[in-house]
Amino acid sequence: MGRIITKRKIAPEIISLEIEAPAVAEKAKPGQFVILMTDERGERIPLTIADYDRQRGSVRVVSQVVGKTTAKLSRLNEGDELFSFVGPLGKPSDINRYGTIVVVGGGTGIACIYPIARELKEAGNRVITIIGARTKELVIMEEELRKVSTELLISTDDGSYGKKGFVTDVLEEVLRKEKDVKKVWAIGPAPMMRAVCKATKPYNVETIVSLNAIMVDGTGMCGTCRVTVDGETKFTCVDGPEFNGHLVDWAEFMNRLARYGQLEKSSFETYKRERGKDNG
Amino acid sequence: MAEMIPKPERMKRSPRQMPEQDPKKRIRNFDEVPLGYTAEDAIYEAQRCLQCDPPPCVSGCPAEVHVPQFIQKIVEEDFAGACIEILKTNSLPAMCGRVCPQEEQCQRVCVYNKKDKPIAIGRLERFAADWAREHRVKEKLLEIRKKDKRVAVVGSGPAGLTCAADLAKMGYDVTIFEALHKPGGVLIYGIPEFRLPKKIVGHEIDKVKELGVKVTTDLVVGITKSVDELVEEFDAIFLANGAGAPQFMHIPGENLNDVYSANEFLTRSNLMKAYKFPEFDTPIKVGKKVAVIGAGNVAMDAARTALRLGAKEVYVVYRRTRKEAPARVEEIAHAEEEGIRLDFLTLPVRIIGDDKGNVTGMECIKMQLGEPDESGRRKPLPVKGSNFVMQVDMVINAIGTMANPIVARSATGVQTNRWGYFTVDEETRATSREGVFAGGDITRGSATVISAIGDGKKAARAIDCYLSSGSSLRKR
Ligand SMILES: Cc1cc2nc3c(=O)[nH]c(=O)nc-3n(C[C@H](O)[C@H](O)[C@H](O)COP(=O)(O)OP(=O)(O)OC[C@H]3O[C@@H](n4cnc5c(N)ncnc54)[C@H](O)[C@@H]3O)c2cc1C
Ligand SMILES: Cc1cc2nc3c(=O)[nH]c(=O)nc-3n(C[C@H](O)[C@H](O)[C@H](O)COP(=O)(O)OP(=O)(O)OC[C@H]3O[C@@H](n4cnc5c(N)ncnc54)[C@H](O)[C@@H]3O)c2cc1C
Ligand code: SF4
Ligand code: SF4
Ligand code: FES
Repeated sequence: MGRIITKRKIAPEIISLEIEAPAVAEKAKPGQFVILMTDERGERIPLTIADYDRQRGSVRVVSQVVGKTTAKLSRLNEGDELFSFVGPLGKPSDINRYGTIVVVGGGTGIACIYPIARELKEAGNRVITIIGARTKELVIMEEELRKVSTELLISTDDGSYGKKGFVTDVLEEVLRKEKDVKKVWAIGPAPMMRAVCKATKPYNVETIVSLNAIMVDGTGMCGTCRVTVDGETKFTCVDGPEFNGHLVDWAEFMNRLARYGQLEKSSFETYKRERGKDNG
Repeated sequence: MAEMIPKPERMKRSPRQMPEQDPKKRIRNFDEVPLGYTAEDAIYEAQRCLQCDPPPCVSGCPAEVHVPQFIQKIVEEDFAGACIEILKTNSLPAMCGRVCPQEEQCQRVCVYNKKDKPIAIGRLERFAADWAREHRVKEKLLEIRKKDKRVAVVGSGPAGLTCAADLAKMGYDVTIFEALHKPGGVLIYGIPEFRLPKKIVGHEIDKVKELGVKVTTDLVVGITKSVDELVEEFDAIFLANGAGAPQFMHIPGENLNDVYSANEFLTRSNLMKAYKFPEFDTPIKVGKKVAVIGAGNVAMDAARTALRLGAKEVYVVYRRTRKEAPARVEEIAHAEEEGIRLDFLTLPVRIIGDDKGNVTGMECIKMQLGEPDESGRRKPLPVKGSNFVMQVDMVINAIGTMANPIVARSATGVQTNRWGYFTVDEETRATSREGVFAGGDITRGSATVISAIGDGKKAARAIDCYLSSGSSLRKR
């Protein structure tokens, strides 16, 4: 378990890995995630299951290099074995036949919404998908998402592709036009998810977000991943990762996401310096 | 062979103390605190044993260690033989020698205890196990006929390891399923290096594997595989998934950035080796002034870890008194020697933070003891108007853990009580579902390593009985 079957670079600093993990693939559902370690000294990091193939016994994850662990992961090659790979963790998305649904993905969140959009479409929903990134080359999985969406809308911050602006700008337009949106799914960086919730609030549309809380075990043992939802403490790894975004205490969540910022940054800097020496 | 001393002489001797790392030095490192007996110390202490027949000490040991026999081997300077004698009943002696609450177990019933100086059974056990490890003593395993029955063990803490080892010795084909990437349970993720070196835990787990036990890590039972699925593949099941879910106090400010559960703090430090950050990738933070809530072994471990990670002042805050503190006396003594301050009769009511989520203080109220409650302990009651603020910048919550429902949810027909612990028969560890047994913390709440080991042994015996009678979970 944990062997990298295929590795593709799908954008600068973003890789897509297909990983051999029959036991995980067998159970995987949209909205769930895995926790992996690259090596014995590594950190346990959560990544969303972006796809799964029960026949091949594999799951796919899409990872963006943001720090030491994701950098180490991006250096592994096909055939390499991860030190640890466990899942499928968290509760699956609540897929039902609702009617019209909008799914919104930002950055690597685009990969996370893919299986959700697919299952929603298969369940008979009208799926309007909005994806956004900083710039054109960071727009990932466009073709795959087009296949599973009734309509696909794209935005880039710099206007190099699709509509210029944020996903929330496109979302506002959709909400104005579509009178009967039953539910919105939004996955991406915390500020984006919070902005989406702000946008949907006046329309009173239930908005599901997938929180990328910091985690260690992912099974409810450590409490690292706690968030306040509707005034109650929840563990993201077992009670989530999906929650009603209108009830999340975003200020607390974002403070907690930054807990190890300084330490992570300095360790990434050291790592890059050392790698630089190796290569030179 | 060392000299046999006449009984009256033996009884005059006082117990041999064990040397320890100097408190001033040890708070700067994660090396083990008690240094262990030398061979000479061990022989001296072993010579005190009166070789009682029957030996009361054995009845105090859930692992059924042959105490007088192994001690006699130490007197005979046959240290390898001493360890082999222990291994006959206990697969984890180096760990037990270190973390068993001996004063409550074997040593409490030692005949010497009348004079308050029981034989240091735990220290001797540790000595024998360490000696055997350092001298690479190989236990000659009896040739056993393999049985064609498979047993699944859920969880690799002391209960699971013991049950697996005992069953393997009987010839069963045993597989342990563990959620984390490393086996050992609390011994690996909870108890710190300076109390239980991970090299030693690793060694004892390797010995269990040498018996033929398979260990599958990274498999969360209840998620990756349900208990109901295990039933299809195995003839019997032992559930030993511990009681790992952290409890919180539900007071304001508990989700501020630097409020840790003891589990997070200790798991980062022990399992993930964050005390070696950035050599190991997992970070950990520690404040200058740290408050630890609770007064069990877990609280002492968290407090002493915080100190070693660089905290300037560490306070242990407990709502009852020293007398009720659940930690071992030795652990409290070690913590105090290291400069940790214990604030008894103090209850946190609120954690105070700034707008970035950083902890700036903890408001507490003083307590006084009232009438005894249902547990027989005097109930602490708040003293009106005694609120005060402790100036701390980090809080570690060590008030206890509870059952994690993941395993139970996937086990049809296995009953739990209202706290989520499996209900079992005391002696056989049988659950309400035939062929499914359970033991350790998931049947009793947070307890001790030795009680978990005892459960593992009882379950192994009952599983052997169950399978020998021709029963099986599997439809063949
Ligand atoms: C349920 C879940 C699903 C996730 N799915 C994906 C995914 O599909 N693809 C993907 O690329 N990432 C995903 N993430 C985020 C991913 O886990 C983090 O990017 C990763 O842990 C960073 O590790 P690092 O050592 O490379 O960086 P670090 O050095 O740990 O962090 C670098 C920067 O990222 C921030 N950061 C740290 N941890 C997280 C985190 N958990 N989430 C967001 N930012 C963080 C830090 O504050 C720092 O600024 C997911 C997180 C969760 C909890
Ligand atoms: C910090 C700390 C210090 C302690 N100090 C002492 C001490 O000094 N002396 C003493 O006697 N006792 C001490 N204890 C208590 C003692 O460690 C426990 O009572 C004992 O470990 C319980 O053993 P167990 O086998 O029941 O469970 P655990 O040791 O908890 O092991 C359970 C295992 O099951 C795994 N698991 C959980 N869920 C699943 C799942 N769904 N699928 C697969 N695997 C799963 C866990 O990851 C874990 O590895 C301490 C506890 C702590 C936390
Ligand atoms: S295992 Fe524990 S209780 Fe048993 S003899 Fe050893 S120290 Fe005493
Ligand atoms: S009770 Fe004490 S003196 Fe007697 S055999 Fe046991 S350890 Fe030795
Ligand atoms: S990650 Fe440990 S409890 Fe959620």
